[in-house]
Amino acid sequence: MTRLKALLFWFWDIAIHPSTHLSLAFLALGGFVCGIMFWGAFNTALELTNTEKFCTSCHEMRDNIYQELQRTVHFSNRSGVRATCPDCHVPHNWTDKIARKMQASQEVWGKMFGTIATRQKFLDHRLELAKHEWARMQANDSLECRNCHSAIAMDFSRQTSRAATIHAKFLIPGQRTCIDCHKGIAHQLPDMTGIEPGWLEPPEERGRESSIESLRSYATAIQP
Amino acid sequence: MTNDPAPTLPRPVTDDKRVMRNYPEQPPVIPHSINNYQLTLKTNRCLDCHRRQYTEASGAPMISVTHFMDRDGQVLADVTSRRYFCTACHVIQNGVQPPVPNTFQDMVLLP
Repeated sequence: MTRLKALLFWFWDIAIHPSTHLSLAFLALGGFVCGIMFWGAFNTALELTNTEKFCTSCHEMRDNIYQELQRTVHFSNRSGVRATCPDCHVPHNWTDKIARKMQASQEVWGKMFGTIATRQKFLDHRLELAKHEWARMQANDSLECRNCHSAIAMDFSRQTSRAATIHAKFLIPGQRTCIDCHKGIAHQLPDMTGIEPGWLEPPEERGRESSIESLRSYATAIQP
Repeated sequence: MTNDPAPTLPRPVTDDKRVMRNYPEQPPVIPHSINNYQLTLKTNRCLDCHRRQYTEASGAPMISVTHFMDRDGQVLADVTSRRYFCTACHVIQNGVQPPVPNTFQDMVLLP
């Protein structure tokens, strides 16, 4: 016991006045090596949470959206390229990634309280959850889509004429971003009642009112 | 019955050209890909373009007025529930030869 106490005192003495016991070179180099080790461990742990395996280790993810993903082209296709969860849901840039990871602490809270612990609870929250992702991707100009798909690399002559026309009109001038039209490409959509198609131009950007809007404004005008 | 494997299905026709109906009541066929289009109680991807309000901007044909009628012939404001599931009648086309011979003739060609 006394030996242990002595050992602790010895360590404490060094810990509070390290430079009186240890050389500056040792401290500087030791700090440097420890820093590298800490950083490596931190990043490795961070990357471990950035895998499909980690995401689908919770039943909320595995039983709902992961099942739906498996039926889509982002999971299985002719060229054998697969997008996993973090490819679309976690920014690749370091600062953005850390910001998203800090936001994800709210998801830990949700997990603890079982916010989407059953299929029914998940479906009840699906619209809200989807809206968060749509808003995030609208704000970053669909960055996660563009990590793989770039407008500059699109060969419009190999798209159907309908797709080529719409891309030329909305995507190239930057009027719309991918997620505006391509919702529900990797998972099922929530109840979309009241959510208009992404290619619909807002009235102020149109040359004229569409027929349905002129009718609407007429109806408002003649109301007593 | 032989156990020949079914031939692989060719890609669907996606030329966006409206195809003549073989008889007046034939549900028009779909000249574009509908791969992974969600058609559930929650949402109907077809109606994103073919709903009356959107056809002006999308250029897609509007769903026919018969699709607004309930079973009593009453015309409603939007598609009726009995016509909601488009692919029950409307189908894509794949370039395949029918495995069973067909003697169908267009009635205008009948003698």
